[in-house]
Formats: sequence, C-alpha cells, structure tokens
Amino acid sequence: MSKPASDPGTGGVDRELTMSRAMVDAIASEMRADDEVFYMGEDVQDYGGIFDSTEGLLEEFDRDRVMDVPISETAYVGAAVGAAQAGMRPIAEIMFADFVGVCLDQVYNQMAKNTYMSGSAVNVPMVLTTAVGGEYNDAAQHSQTLYGLFSHLPGMQVVVPSTAYDAKGLMHAAVRSDDPVVYMFHKRLMGIGWMPAPEGPKTPVPEDDYTVPIGEADVKREGGDVTVATLGLHVHRALDAADQLADDGVDVEVIDLRSLVPFDTETVLDSVEKTGRLVVVDEDYQSFGVTGEVVARVAERSPDALEAVERVAIPDVPIPYSRPLETEVNPQVEDIVAAVESVE
Amino acid sequence: MVGVNTLREMYEQMVTARRYEQRLQEEYLEGKQPAFDISAGPIPGELHLAAGHEAAAVGVCAHLDDEDTVTAPHRPHHVAIAKGVDLDRMTAEIFGRETGLCKGKGGHMHLFDPDVNFACSGIIAQGCPPAVGAAMAADKRNEDSVAVAYLGEGAVDQGAFLESLNLAAVRELPVVFVVEDNDWAISMPQDRITDVDTIAERADGFDMPGVRVDHDDAIAVYEAARDAVGRARNGNGPTLLDVQVHRRMGHFMGDAEGYRPDEDSERAQRLDAIERLADDLRDRGVDDAELQELRELAEDRVEDAIEWAKAQPEPDPADAHEDVFVDDPAAASGGDD
Ligand SMILES: Cc1ncc(C[n+]2csc(CCOP(=O)(O)OP(=O)(O)O)c2C)c(N)n1
Repeated sequence: MSKPASDPGTGGVDRELTMSRAMVDAIASEMRADDEVFYMGEDVQDYGGIFDSTEGLLEEFDRDRVMDVPISETAYVGAAVGAAQAGMRPIAEIMFADFVGVCLDQVYNQMAKNTYMSGSAVNVPMVLTTAVGGEYNDAAQHSQTLYGLFSHLPGMQVVVPSTAYDAKGLMHAAVRSDDPVVYMFHKRLMGIGWMPAPEGPKTPVPEDDYTVPIGEADVKREGGDVTVATLGLHVHRALDAADQLADDGVDVEVIDLRSLVPFDTETVLDSVEKTGRLVVVDEDYQSFGVTGEVVARVAERSPDALEAVERVAIPDVPIPYSRPLETEVNPQVEDIVAAVESVE
Repeated sequence: MVGVNTLREMYEQMVTARRYEQRLQEEYLEGKQPAFDISAGPIPGELHLAAGHEAAAVGVCAHLDDEDTVTAPHRPHHVAIAKGVDLDRMTAEIFGRETGLCKGKGGHMHLFDPDVNFACSGIIAQGCPPAVGAAMAADKRNEDSVAVAYLGEGAVDQGAFLESLNLAAVRELPVVFVVEDNDWAISMPQDRITDVDTIAERADGFDMPGVRVDHDDAIAVYEAARDAVGRARNGNGPTLLDVQVHRRMGHFMGDAEGYRPDEDSERAQRLDAIERLADDLRDRGVDDAELQELRELAEDRVEDAIEWAKAQPEPDPADAHEDVFVDDPAAASGGDD
C-alpha cells in the first residue's frame, strides 16, 4: 500500500465508489487471482446479496464460485470452516449479523477455536461477512451490530469498515489472512439504492489492489480537545458532531477503530494523551461490550492522562421498532455532541 | 363436506387479508416516493406481505380456538387475521404506535397477541420450537389444545424445523407444522436449495404423516387440516402439512423481483385461491350480491383498522427503556413501581 489509509482522497485516484462497490471490487480481484476463493450465502447469486455484497459477481464468475445456499447457516458456515481447513479460501455470508444465533456453534466453537485447540496444527483461512446495524426500523431481530459478541469470543479477527477505501483494503487483507476474519459491513453505509447512505462512506478507491492492515485504527479527523473513538455508521455521526462542535470552538479528534480484533490500543492512547478526554461511541449494547473495553484499555495503560470519559451506546435494551423508540436508543449526532460537551 | 357458513367465513377472512395487504402496501409506499427509502414513510422497516397465501391461513385456522397456539414467520398478517388477532391493535403495531399490540416495540415481524395465543418471529423457522413447547404444555396439563407452526418452504432446511419435527414426533405432541410453499425463498427457487419433490416427504424420516395440498385451494386445505388438527387434538401426534400457495407480491416491499421469470409472476396472479373459493360459493348458491357484500364488509373493517391505527399516538421515547423485564429489580428498588 503506497499511501496512508487516512488520506484516501488524493494520490491521483479519480474513481469514487460506494462501500458495496469497493467490497465487491476486492472480492472479485481475489477470486480472479486465486481459484480457491469462493463466496457462499443466501441470495448472493441473482439477487447480488440483499445488501449488494455480491452485486455483479455472477457476471464474471460461475455459480459454483458464487453459491446460493439453503437457509441452513449451521451447514454452510460450518462447510466454510471445513473447506478453509482443507486449504481453500471461502467467504461465507450471514445475511444479517442477528442470524448468527442459529449457527453460533460453527462460529465460536469451530471456526474460532480450531486453530488454538489444534496448537496451530490446523488453521481456518476464511472470511465471514455479515451485514450489521439499524436506523431503518427493522426492529430487534434485524438491527443489531453484535460487535462486542464477535469480539469477545477469542479466535476470530473482527473488522468494520466505514468507508469505501477501507472496505476494499480490509477485504483484501481479510481474504489473504490465514486466520478467520469476521467482516462486518454496515447496511446504512453500503450505498444501496433503497437505503440512502450518508455521503462520507463514498470515497476514491484505487483500481489496484492494496490492503488496509487488520489491527490498525485510523484517525479520520485530527483534533486537540476531545477524542471520540467509534466505528461503523457512527464514524460519520461523530464527524458530523465534530463539525458542529468546531463551530463552537471545540476541536474533536475522531478515531475510526476499524478493527476490533486485534485492537489498536496505541492509536487511542496517543490521542487521549493529547486530549485527556475520551468519548466512546458504539451502536452495540453498552454493558460488557466495546465501549467498556476501550475505556478499560486506556484506564489500564494511561490512567493519568484520562481526565474525563463518557460512553454513548445502546442502553442495554433490544432494538425497538417504532421510529421514536429506535431514535431514542441508537446514538444520534446530538447525543455525541452532548457527550463531548459533558467531558469538555 | 364443508358447511356453506364456514366457507363464507373463510371467504370473508381471505378477502380481509388480501385487502389488508393491498392497503398496507399503499400506506407503506407513501412517503417512500419518488426514491424508495426503507426508513421513510408511515410504516418503516421491512414489510413482507402475504397476498396469495390466504388459503393456508384460513383453511387451518378454521379448526382452531383461542386456546390453540399459532406461531407465524416473518410474513404473518394473513395468519394473524385468520387466528383472530385484534386487527386494530395489530395495525397500530405495524404503524409503530403506542397502543399497538406490543406498544410499538415489536413491529410487523414480531406481533404477540396472547389473548388468542398468536406470536411470530423474524428468524427463519424459529417459531417451530415454541409451538412444540405450547403443545408440550397442553400435553402435560392434559388439555386438548393444539399448536400450529407456520413456515415457508425455504425454512425447511433450518435445524430448528427439523429438530422440532423430531421432538414433536418422539413425544407425540399435538403440533401441526404448516409449510406455505410459494416456490421462492426471496430470490432462491425451491429446487436450488431443497432436493425433494415435495416438502411433505420430509415427514417420512420423522415417522409422522406428511400431507401435500398441491393446489392453492382453501377447501382442500380445510379438509387436510381437519385431519391433522383432529389427529393432534386426539393425542395421536404431529403432522406436517405442505400447502402450495403463490407469492403475488415481491418478497418484501421494494423487491423488484428481477430474478423472477415473468411467467411465474403471471401464474401467481392467475391462480387465485380467492377467486376459486368465490366460484365454489357460487356453486353452493351464494350469489354475487352476497359476495360483494362480504368484500365490502372486509374493506370497511380494514379501513377502520388503518384509520384507527393512524390516529393513535406515537410512543414516548422514554418507553424504550421499559419492558426488558416484567419484574425489574432495579426499577423496583428505585421505588417507582
Ligand atoms: C436464520 C435466518 N436466515 C435468513 C433469514 C433471512 N430471510 C428472511 S425471509 C427468507 C426467505 C424465506 O423463505 P420462505 O421460508 O420460503 O418464506 P417466504 O418468504 O417465501 O414466505 C430469508 C432467507 C432469516 N430471517 N433468518
């Protein structure tokens, strides 16, 4: 990779892509380069993935490499584990992260543990893709991110792109990784026709392959007063909040965590050592999750630097359906502004 | 022979369900124009409508009482109507209102009406185990109520369904599994994902009867369900009922169905179980004027429910924090309750 991830907007790239186009770009390139890479999931052939995660692949690859599968997540996610252990590079999609419940054993007892349990005698070079997130009133069983659940269970790397540039680079890195990688794409960022996305995730994306290293956070906006660490959709909300706060003279630094496992503690620490104030924003349940983990890492390593801290997350309730209720529990730009003001 | 009054009631429910889906479609799309935005308009989120599935709902539920349990999947409205779910409060729920069945928390895929023992869930096949549980409760208490689990033909490859068949069979529980076979699981045709000619054959491996109703016909469903529900009620164990229906709309609203051959969509429009039942009623001496009257009654009922629902208040945002537990120790110690 020739240029820093935080600077995707320059370097002579004039091709702007949505996040879904960038993700598919990387998948197609990996499939072209390696016959052992294949994609399976529900509605990934003629539909192109409900959230456009495979849109267009069937034009270039046959139905054995872009495979529709029965609604049997245990069987096909487990089959990806087996094919990966046989040396292939499968990508398996769980249509919504919420559906992991029906196949959790294959994910956390098999995919995630086989490397360790075997003392690295086997490894599982697969990618598990899944759509996450809410803010379109799809209610309790179709709106979760479950970032913390996947990250809590050891043995899988977890990445969450928030821009097209990162989506492509992280997908290349995920397919090439010799370990299982969970690649979580936020529905609201994909740039799907029927689900309008904010402008931010659409970025210049180089034609050539490049990787965004797994385990590196990215400072999406530099600032000296308050650190906001977040991921996914809420990177864009934090950037909006930072713009508003800038008008009031508050200079916010926005860190896109981008990888949850492995976690880039250094980037967060460096920022907090500069600002002394930390707000962690997450579209997952607050307790026992990502926000608590980030705060704990900073508190362990730099307790003296941390003058004030706030968390903004889903307040430990299932995601409600009705619009005013979902808006209440899912962190909004105003909630981030208020949290920054409260630590400021 | 099915009595003409029963047929009349089934017809009325079918036209109510059809009208309901047509009107919800209109309401849903309002505010999503000109560019479709799933989160805009008076009904947000995904919406799975069941036009073309009505025969499977009314033919089975005609044999059920309020005490009998029904679980439905992500496409639940027609089954809810046939089971007697409160139409006003169901509609208010779909519009996300405070007086909805679930106070606006559940939404269209998660409707609960304990008064008539109806529930649904948006995760494929996951209504099957709770239906087995309702049957287990009836069995343990020596009650004669039964449970019915509805699912699509795409759901039959899910562990929760197959495990439920086995548990129900081995315990001889009063359950009827009703597969609504509309040939499609979103964009996946049945023969791409399930390698049997008919889903009814699945029953063979579980030592239970598997019955196929191969045409979309309310009377045929009624007759097959009479045996299946009767068998369950009499303590003779579960049945798998596999009913051919037709998907007259997209999988969800906004689905342009680019994957679906035109002939298949046209066929679904042509083979209309409601028209078929109307013909049967005419043969049994019910005249067009009376059928027209039944349709108008249904239209009025639907219109009243929608009007009532839209006049209901939206929930107070603070309510989002309630109902995680019925008995919340933290709230109790706060002294508010
Ligand atoms: C475990 C799980 N996997 C996938 C989905 C996504 N999904 C929702 S409906 C559907 C297709 C269901 O097809 P079918 O059971 O035939 O019912 P139909 O929609 O045709 O009525 C799928 C795959 C889900 N809700 N749950």
